[in-house]
Amino acid sequence: MDYNWDWGVFLRSTGIGDEIYLDWFVAGLGWTVAVALAGWIFALLLGSLLGVLRTLPNRWLSGLATAYVELFRNVPLLVQLFIWYFLVPDLLPEPLELWFKQDLSPATSAYLSVVVCLGLFTAARVCEQVRTGIQALPRGQTAAALALGLRTGQIYRQVLLPQAFRIIIPPLTSEFLNIFKNSSVASLIGLMELLAQTKQTAEFSAHLFEAFTLATLIYFTLNMSLMLVMRRIEKKVAVPGLIAGGK
Amino acid sequence: MDFSSIPAALPALWEGMQTTLLLLVLGVLGGVLLGTLLAMLRLSHNPLLAGIAATYVNYFRSIPLLLVITWFYFAVPFVLREITGEDTPVGAFASCLVAFVMFEAAYFCEIVRAGIQSIPRGQMSAAQALGMTYGQSMRLIILPQAFRKMTPLLLQQSIILFQDTSLVYSVGLMDFLNAARSRGDIVGQPHELLLVAGLVYFIVSFAASQLVKRLQKRLTP
Repeated sequence: MDYNWDWGVFLRSTGIGDEIYLDWFVAGLGWTVAVALAGWIFALLLGSLLGVLRTLPNRWLSGLATAYVELFRNVPLLVQLFIWYFLVPDLLPEPLELWFKQDLSPATSAYLSVVVCLGLFTAARVCEQVRTGIQALPRGQTAAALALGLRTGQIYRQVLLPQAFRIIIPPLTSEFLNIFKNSSVASLIGLMELLAQTKQTAEFSAHLFEAFTLATLIYFTLNMSLMLVMRRIEKKVAVPGLIAGGK
Repeated sequence: MDFSSIPAALPALWEGMQTTLLLLVLGVLGGVLLGTLLAMLRLSHNPLLAGIAATYVNYFRSIPLLLVITWFYFAVPFVLREITGEDTPVGAFASCLVAFVMFEAAYFCEIVRAGIQSIPRGQMSAAQALGMTYGQSMRLIILPQAFRKMTPLLLQQSIILFQDTSLVYSVGLMDFLNAARSRGDIVGQPHELLLVAGLVYFIVSFAASQLVKRLQKRLTP
C-alpha cells in the first residue's frame, strides 16, 4: 500500500493559530462529553417520571407515557434532530426565535438543540427500563407498603424506585453508552464534536486513516472505561438476596 | 404550514424510499449472514477464532454508526484503488452498504449467539449421535430452531436499521430523508417535507413493531 502513514500528524500545526491537530480532538471530545452528560441528566429525569407514569393505574397517565415512548422510538434520531434544530425555532414566539437565531452563537444553538433532542429521545428508552424495573419487583412490596400506610408518592420514592434503579443498572448503562455514540449526529448540524473534528482533521491533513483510527480509539476507550465504572457501581449497590446481588 | 406541494413531491420521495428499502434489505441480509458467521466463530472451541470474533463485536458496538459510515465513505474507494491498482468509482451507496453490513453484523451476531445458546445441548448431542458433522448439525438441526426463536429480535433490529439508514444523509446518498430534505429546499417548504418524512418513518416503524409484537406472542405460547 503506498499510503503514507504518519502518526506524528497529530502533533503537527493545523495552520490555524498555534493549534495542533491533537487540540482539535481534545476540543471535540469535550463537546461530545458535554452533549452526552447534559442529555443524559435530562433523559434520566424525564425517563424516570415517564416510567413511573407507565406503571400507574390511571389509564390516561399511563397512556400518555406510552404514546410518548412510541412517538420517540419510531422516528429516526436524525429526523428528530432536524426538527429540533430547523423547525422548532421557527415556531417559537418571536423574541425567543430571535434570541435563538441571532443572540446565541452557532455552537450554542446547535448544542441546545442536540441536548434537547438526545434528552427526549433517550428518555423514551430510559422510561422502558424504569418500567421494567418497577414491574420486576414482587407485588408484595407495594402491598406491604400500602399496609404500612404509605401514600402512592411515598411508595414510589421510598420502596419501589430505590430497588428498581438498582436492578436496571446494566440496561441503563448501555443507554448511557448509547448517548455518547448518538451524540455524533451533532456533527450534522455543525457542532464541532469528536466526529466533526475527525472529519476536519482528515480533510485538512489528508491523513484520513490516522484521523479515523484515533477517533475510533477514543470512542472505544471512552466506552470501555465508562462500562468499567458502571460495573463497579452496579456491584456496590446490588440488591442483597437477588441472584445478581451475590450474598 | 402549507402541505400543497406534497402530492407533486411523491415521485421523488418514493424514489428515495426505494433507495432506503434496498439499503435496508441488502444490509439485513448481509448483516445476518456475516453475523451468523461471527456467532459460530464466537461459540467455537478455538480460542483464537472466538477471540477475533469477540473483538470484532466489541469494537463495532463501541463506536457510533455515523463514524463508520463517514469513515467507509472515504476509505472504501481508497482501499479498492490499492487492491485493484486503478481508480474504481464507488458510489456512496456501495460504501454505505459495506458500512451497514459490517456494523450491523456485530449486533446480529449477539442475537444469533443468544439464539443458538437457547437451544438445549441435547439437540447437538443427538445430531452428532446420528453421525452428523458439526457443520451438518448446525445447519440442519441447531440453526433452523435458533432462527425461529430469534425472528422477533432480528426483525426488531431490522426496524432499528430502517431508522438508522437515514444517517446516510451525512454522505449525500439520496435516501428517503435526503430526498425529502432536498425536495423541501427546492419548493421552499423544508418544514412541511421534514414533517412528512418523520410521519412516514413513524408509520412504517410503528406498524412494523406492532406486527413483530404480535408475531412474538404467537411464537411464545
